[in-house]
Amino acid sequence: MAIHELELPKLHTTTPAITLNQLSFAYPDGRVALQNVSVTINSGEKVALVGPNGAGKSTLLLHLNGVLGALDGSVRIADVEVRRDTLRKVRALVGLVFQDPDDQLFSPTVFDDVAFGPLHMGLAEAEVRARVVWALEQVGMQGFEDRMPHHMSVGQRKRVAVATVLSMEPQVLALDEPSAGLDPRARRGLVDLLQSLSQTMLVSTHDMRLIAEVFPRTIILANGQVAHDAPTDEILSNRALLEEYGLEMP
Amino acid sequence: MAQQLLDRYIAGSSVIHALDARVKLVLTIALIVCASLLPVGAWLALTAFTALVWAAIIASGVGLPTILRRSLLALPFLLVVVTVIFSVPGRPIFRLPLGFVTLTATDAGLLRFITIVWKSWISMQAALLLTATTHFLDVLRALQALHMPKIIVALMSFMYRYLFILVEEAQRLLRARDCRSAALQGSGGGSLLWRAQVTGRLVGTLFLRSFERSERIYVAMLSRGYTGELRSLRAQTLDRRDLRVGLVVGAILLIITAQAFVG
Amino acid sequence: MLDVLVRSLVLALHISDGLLSTSISALFWILTVACVAWAVQRTNRALDDRQVPLMGVMAACIFAAQMLNFPIAGGTSGHLLGGALAAIVLGPWAGVLVMTCVVALQALLFQDGGIVVMGANIFNMGVLTALSGSAIFYGLIRLTGRQSWGLMVSGFIAAWVTVVLSAALTSAQLAASGTASATVVFPAMIGVHMLIGIGEGLITTAALSFLLATRPDLLPAWLGNELSGKSRPISTRQILGTGLVIAVLLALLSPFASSAPDGLESVLERLGVAGSSGPTATSPVGVLPDYTIPGLEGGLSTILAGLVGVLIVVAIGYSIAMLIRRRRSVARDTKSMTTS
Ligand SMILES: Nc1ncnc2c1ncn2[C@@H]1O[C@H](COP(=O)(O)OP(=O)(O)O)[C@@H](O)[C@H]1O
Ligand SMILES: [Mg+2]
Repeated sequence: MAIHELELPKLHTTTPAITLNQLSFAYPDGRVALQNVSVTINSGEKVALVGPNGAGKSTLLLHLNGVLGALDGSVRIADVEVRRDTLRKVRALVGLVFQDPDDQLFSPTVFDDVAFGPLHMGLAEAEVRARVVWALEQVGMQGFEDRMPHHMSVGQRKRVAVATVLSMEPQVLALDEPSAGLDPRARRGLVDLLQSLSQTMLVSTHDMRLIAEVFPRTIILANGQVAHDAPTDEILSNRALLEEYGLEMP
Repeated sequence: MAQQLLDRYIAGSSVIHALDARVKLVLTIALIVCASLLPVGAWLALTAFTALVWAAIIASGVGLPTILRRSLLALPFLLVVVTVIFSVPGRPIFRLPLGFVTLTATDAGLLRFITIVWKSWISMQAALLLTATTHFLDVLRALQALHMPKIIVALMSFMYRYLFILVEEAQRLLRARDCRSAALQGSGGGSLLWRAQVTGRLVGTLFLRSFERSERIYVAMLSRGYTGELRSLRAQTLDRRDLRVGLVVGAILLIITAQAFVG
Repeated sequence: MLDVLVRSLVLALHISDGLLSTSISALFWILTVACVAWAVQRTNRALDDRQVPLMGVMAACIFAAQMLNFPIAGGTSGHLLGGALAAIVLGPWAGVLVMTCVVALQALLFQDGGIVVMGANIFNMGVLTALSGSAIFYGLIRLTGRQSWGLMVSGFIAAWVTVVLSAALTSAQLAASGTASATVVFPAMIGVHMLIGIGEGLITTAALSFLLATRPDLLPAWLGNELSGKSRPISTRQILGTGLVIAVLLALLSPFASSAPDGLESVLERLGVAGSSGPTATSPVGVLPDYTIPGLEGGLSTILAGLVGVLIVVAIGYSIAMLIRRRRSVARDTKSMTTS
């Protein structure tokens, strides 16, 4: 059955959009990457995920749409539990944007890439085309349909990368280090973009200025565990805490 | 740097550029097949094909000199063909003393040589015109429309997408190696084995990075609903006018070829 | 002059349009389509959906890897064709598909090789290298026992043979099309590629040992099993079958080749030999003088000579491997007796 024919759960501000319950995960080589992570993020919230390299940020994001499966504990998106049989539904709900846009943009043209999600959701051709136009408009990249990713700047590629998941109309956006490698102007554009989008967001980053500007709430991850989960102001004003986790003042 | 090296498409808005990629591809193949069918000494047909290709090149606006310059690429290969001048039996026309032996060129050998070179050269120009006026992705779409297996088209578009990235990566690796081995060269350079070893490790590194990248791409595809089946939008229907152009030019090619066998 | 000649012979592996007769082009299109269709079937059956991005990126990787070269001597440089490496690491069928894409893209995008002769080019540089490379590799590695040196030796021989076979078949196609004189093109192409093949072999070996040292998990599971002596991935029958197909193919082409008349045999043969005894020479040309077998005529003789050359190399590799293996197992037997 095509995914758009399914009854998608409606999100209300009162319902949690992401619920991680005692989530633990170890890679096949035995390395424990997440340990008893419990986090609840309400619909419409924008949350930053920080922590040193290797803390488990990427691993956590990969659990949101079931690319990695929890060894222990559970992941819920809205009221859908992430399981093998709910993967299609979950992947339509969560848009995951990877750090390197050259991994995210695997098609030869911008159009093909933005259309990939809707096409594989089983949408009709007209709907696919409409969504591509809409998604590119959202990220300010209209008119780039026939361009090839390798002819675009890093900033433009990042925007298109976001469009590739927006076209699936997800309710949750998960972005892995979106501002890495951007020059100041492209970074500014990204901040504006993230502010303009209304989806629930969980974004991993090292960029403390980005956090201060966009995210009201911050989760610090260390050694695969939640070390702190508090309003961003609180965390940014706690000098000792920032130093402990090697984070910089914005 | 790699991009200039790798992009053969010359943007333009000529009639040749605008012609449907499927028609262009089929006509190019038809011309090359027809040329390869021609018997030795079919000068009229070869001249007609050359005129046809040159007319198309001029109409495309990419410039005859550009195409001719690119077509010189094929030259080295012709060294292999030179041998037919001396190996086909016929009336001797000249002798080439080479140390202890003398090569004898024959008239039949020379005619055969000229025919082969001409065929090859005109085919090359037709192919060059195709790539100069048709974006590679349109060539791929045309192949798909012409029922090339889906998986091959998919693999080639992945390949095209990552060609630029991997060639740049290879160049970076090569530069890094040359910097290091330049230092070594002062102390005598390396043996053949050593050089091969270093290059092999670069290849291994490239392989490894490609593998890891393909894993990340796979995850990105999964996240966007890929389940092992590749989908694509329907191809556009062929424009009537383009089809007519295709049929007319196709007929001309056939007539020229047939003439060579009748005349 | 010599290095121009050598370089043009290396380029000659990418046949241009117009250089093959229509019937040879058609014959190899049929063979190629059959093999590629079979490969598509086989990889579909394997049903691992990560194969699509893997093979696509690997095709780009082989293309890029072909640009990595190193100087051998006298203007020749060693570089990779990659068919054997791709087939060894990805498996024969995926190897066929990857190499098909490489050759096709080179022709369609860079005019490196023609369009109508693409069937032959894909067969020579893709199908033949991937299938013969993996068959020889699988065969030899089993014989060399469980040691990683076996991987090196087998990799080298497999890679070397693929290049020489590729050159031999290309020459046969040219000769059969009457676009080059058999007595020149065979010794020249095979001679040069025996040299080029050394580069291919060394690079393939080094790349394999690099992968084995850094990410052995990337090498196919069967290879790991093979190195620890658990399974037999391809039966001897399959290996013999592949060898037979190649031999028959070459034999089929030889009547065309031998019909190419030649007034200059001796001279050009000498030229061919001179080509490989110049500054670049370390090539084992001496094994079969002038690439002909006494008592046989012209083209046929050269083809057979080429085949015999290949067989000799395989046989030498085989017997060395057998010898070492036997000694090793004797050593193991005595060792296990003392421990028990
Ligand atoms: N594919 C993998 N296999 C094994 N270990 C991995 C893999 N990916 C990540 N890890 C390990 O898991 C831990 C968490 O990694 P990751 O989630 O990438 O951290 P972050 O994104 O916060 O830098 C690290 O110790 C890392 O080495
Ligand atoms: Mg990370």
